[in-house]
This record gives sequence, C-alpha cells and structure tokens, in this order.
Amino acid sequence: MSAITTSDRIVASVPLTGDARLAELASMKAARKRKDKLIEAVLLMAACVSVFTTLAIVYILVRESVAFFSHVPLWTFLTDRQWTPLFDDAHFGIIVLLSGTLSSSLVALLIAIPLGTIIAIYLSEFAGHRVREVLKPVLELLSGIPTIIYGFFALLVVTPLIQKIYPDLPTFNILSAGIVMGIMIIPYVSSLSEDAMRAVPMSLREGAYAMGSTRFQTATRVVVPAAFSGIASAYILGISRAVGETMILAVAAGMQPNLTLNPLEPAATITSYIVQVALGDLPHGSVGYQTIFAAGLTLMLLTLMFNLLGYWLRRKYREAY
Amino acid sequence: MKDHASLTPAEKSAKLRDIIRSHKRWDIIFGVVGLAAMSVGILTLVALFAQMAIDGLPRLTVEFFTSFPSRRAGQAGILSAWVGSLLVMLVTAVFAIPVGIASAIYLEEYARKNWFTDIIEINITNLAGVPSIVYGLLALGLFVYTFGFGQSILSAGLTLALLILPIVIVATREALRAIPQTVREGAYACGATKWQVCSDHLIPYGMPGILTGVIIGLSRAIGETAPIITIGALTFIAFLPPLPFTGEAAGPFEWLFSPFTVMPIQIFNWTSRPDPAFHANAAAASLVLVLLTLGMNTLAIWLRYRLRKNIKW
Repeated sequence: MSAITTSDRIVASVPLTGDARLAELASMKAARKRKDKLIEAVLLMAACVSVFTTLAIVYILVRESVAFFSHVPLWTFLTDRQWTPLFDDAHFGIIVLLSGTLSSSLVALLIAIPLGTIIAIYLSEFAGHRVREVLKPVLELLSGIPTIIYGFFALLVVTPLIQKIYPDLPTFNILSAGIVMGIMIIPYVSSLSEDAMRAVPMSLREGAYAMGSTRFQTATRVVVPAAFSGIASAYILGISRAVGETMILAVAAGMQPNLTLNPLEPAATITSYIVQVALGDLPHGSVGYQTIFAAGLTLMLLTLMFNLLGYWLRRKYREAY
Repeated sequence: MKDHASLTPAEKSAKLRDIIRSHKRWDIIFGVVGLAAMSVGILTLVALFAQMAIDGLPRLTVEFFTSFPSRRAGQAGILSAWVGSLLVMLVTAVFAIPVGIASAIYLEEYARKNWFTDIIEINITNLAGVPSIVYGLLALGLFVYTFGFGQSILSAGLTLALLILPIVIVATREALRAIPQTVREGAYACGATKWQVCSDHLIPYGMPGILTGVIIGLSRAIGETAPIITIGALTFIAFLPPLPFTGEAAGPFEWLFSPFTVMPIQIFNWTSRPDPAFHANAAAASLVLVLLTLGMNTLAIWLRYRLRKNIKW
C-alpha cells in the first residue's frame, strides 16, 4: 500500500514517461516482492515455534531422564515395587505410580465411555434439533471448567457423599477422583462421537428405516458401526485426557505412592507425583528433581502410544462414502 | 408352540405386531436412558455451582478482592491471585495471539504442500494432545533454568502461550478456510500481493473465528494449574509485582520477573488445608474463576454468532 502512495507523490512532482516509468514500476514490483518474501520468512518462523516446542519437550525430558538413568538403572525403574525417591532408602519403581494412573483412568473411563457413547447416540439419532442445540453447549461447559475446581468438588462433595454409602472410604481415594474425572471427560467423548455419527450419510439411515428398522436398531446396527473410526478416536482422546489429568488427582486422591489397583485406596499417579515434587523445594539437578522428568517422559510415552493407537484405528476402520 | 406355517393369518399379524411393539419399546427405553445419561452431566454441573454458591457467596465481599492471602481465613483474599492471573494472561496473549495467527496464515496461505508442511501439521495435532503438566516440565527445564527467567510471570505466561498455541492456530485456520476463494482471486486480480490479500482481506474477514479461538484459548489458560505449579509458583504471596517505573531502577518490565501466584493455585492452596474455613475461601475463589471462564466462553460464542450474522458471502 505504502509503495503506491509514494509513487503517486513522485508522479505528481516529476512525471516520468516511457522507459524510465517502466523501470520505476519494475523496481517497485521488485521491492514489493522482497517485502513479501520477508513476511513469508517471518510467518514461517512463527509456524516453526510449534515444532521447536515439540523438540524442546523431547530434549528437556530426555536430557534430564538420561541424567536420572545414570543414577538409577532402567531395569530397577521398571521392576522395583516401591516408589520412595525422596527417602534415604530411595526406591524408584515407576510401576507404583503407573498403578495409580491405571486405576484412576479405569474408573474415569468406566464412567465416561458408556455415558459419553449413550449421550452421543441420543443427541445424534434421538434428540430433536432444538434439544440438541440447547443440551450440547450445556454439556460442553463440563469440559470448560478448570480442573482444580473439579478436584475441590471431588474432595468436598463426592467423597463425603460416597462415605455415606460406604463409611470406610478414606478421605483421599481414587474412586471419587476417578468418578469426577470421568464426568469431566464425557463431553470429549460425546462431542467427537456425535460428530462422527452425524457425518454418516442420511441415505444409510434411510435404507435402514426402509427395511423396517426402528430408531434404536438403526442407531446401534447401522450408524455406530459406520462411525466406528470416529468413535474410536473419541475414546482414545478420552483415555489420553484421563492419563494426563493432574489436579483432580492431586487434590482428591492423596499423593502417597501406593501399589494397588483398588480404587477405594489413596494413591499417587504419575501426574500427581510431579505436582507433589514441584510443590516442595528440591534443588535443581538432584536425583529427586530428575525423577519428575523421568516420570514425565513415561507419561509422554504413554500418551504417544495411545495417540498412535488412535491413528491406527482411524486408518483401519475408516469408512469412505 | 405351533410352528410358523400352521398359524392363521390373524395370528401371524398379531405376532408380527408383538415383535414390532417390543422393538419399539427399545426406542422408548433408550430415549429415557439417553436423557438419564445427559442428566448425570447436567446434575453434576448444577451440584458444582450450588456447592460453590452456598459455601462461597458469603465470602464474596469487596475485601475478598482487595486483601492478600492470610493465615486467618476470614481475612484472606485473592488480590495477589487475580492480579497475577491478569498479568500472566497478558503475557500469554501478547505471545500466543501473533504467533498463532502468523502460523495459521503461513499454513493456510503460504505453505507449499511438502514434507516440511506435513511435519508442522502433524506436530500441531500432536501438541494439542500433550498433557498440560508436560508443558510445565518443559517450562521448568527451559524457561526457569536454561533461559534463567526464574519462577516468574514471564515463565508462566510463555508456558501457557505454548499450551494454547494449537487452539489459536486451529481456530484461525478454520476461520481462514471459511473465506471463499473468490475473495482471494478478486484481490489478486487487482494486483495485490499475498501479504496484502492476507492483511487487508483475510485477517479482517476471519476475525470472528480468530477471536473466538483466542478467547477460548485464554479461558483454558486462566484455569490451568498443573503447569504453573510445576514451574514452582509460590502459593503464599502477600505483595504485588512492582509497577513499571517505581522504586529504584525499576524498568518498565520489572514485573515480568516478579514471583507471583494465580487464581487456580490460590484455590489449590486453600483446598489442601484441613480447616473448613479455608474451604469457604476456595469455594468463593472457584466461583470467581468459573464465572470468569464461563463468561469468556459465552463471549466467544456470542461474538461468533454476532459477527457471523453480519457477513454474507
């Protein structure tokens, strides 16, 4: 834009003609092209920020983990059945933290996957347009609430509620944290599944109805199988969320390492262990400091595994219409 | 039981009607089950709000917003927390908005289809799935120790900016993709360069979608706790970051390197205390935080609705 106004001024004062004018225009064009190239380079740099982020994550996790594994052999890390990295008698058995992550994720998924799937089928196949337009955003509010507030809710509302039915439940436990986590994950599962089901072409449904299927039969035998790849990726996203969830567990599940799959007990997960260490005052460079990076690397590999699984499922079951 | 062939036509149709009725019953049952499943989510939401309101509303006074945290629950407030959240959000926005929009423009308008572009795209999808606490570890290793920013507002703001970058990028790309090709072709036909097309047409027209993405990203960032705990934000801060140009040798950016606390960390701190009086404080602060995030989300939805109505391609 500015180039044009400058040239206007020049034209007004000394009108160029013939070859001189052409040369001037050519140089203006070249300047504009240079500017465009420069801007493209700047934009490319911005796009590379995300690549650098990934590289930095991998670099930091691996660098600190390598230092950690020079103190603690990998085999001990995988097989030791105790996790007491901050004690004098230090043990580093990641399986203890994995058990907490596994049991809390299982509880959450037992809530989120059935409810999320039912809600998705209901919204996509049963609910009318108006009902869907109102209920879907309301449900999505669930995923917009900060997780620390869910933690607070699990500890101060859900746990006392379950204690009324089962009085022996300790104040900190995996169960109520897992339940609340599951409810938080419902919208992730239901929204993506619903999108997948709505993408199934109408002609498939019409075919099923024409054969005399009821709504329920159409939904379960035609729409769900056709949308399976999308539903599977919704489940995988739910699993990734559950495995990476931090604050609900840090608040409501207690932070003591406990090798158990029993959700009625308190336990630390990989994520809540990281929070616990970060809350303390560990000197930079100590083995205790390095453990959180080893734990983080484990978490990262776990979610990466699920993402790859999701990618594979999408590939394998994709139906093209 | 008589076998099928020996049934009279009347019996046959009665049987058929039975089958149809029993199948239709499933439709009704599922309708009820679906509503019940929905209500689990909605009741949780209601219970969450009811509990926060009952415990927290009595604490929501003006003093609550103008007091520092205290050992006495009745006098404690969220002054340092909301100021900290505001400043961290400022840093996040200043970094995430330009970088996010620029990346999206590059990927949508400039990038050629080659392996490098593919890597960037796959990478953004994957980053969106990385647990937030891993960003905290990244920040601890990179910003706090390698770059030496310390446990400061700058570190926290940059961490959250990286966290919401994928959200901003994806929203901006969708907004740009929704603009018809004819707009670009028209501009090119008038002799515009690529950048002129972007800055004079695509960014203004895509603004509703871009703004929505930015606001949703920021509302996510303001509630994030885990990464900020990981970089080691303090939970007890009874002072405010220095104002620009105050005190001796305080430059305009002194506050960037100040220790800080944010709303979610204050809530975490109060929740983890055994004294129920602090839980009331946590409820009140949660109410403020939740209303803030929901307010931002509503604003985003309204904005999208409002601005989209004015544009007709």
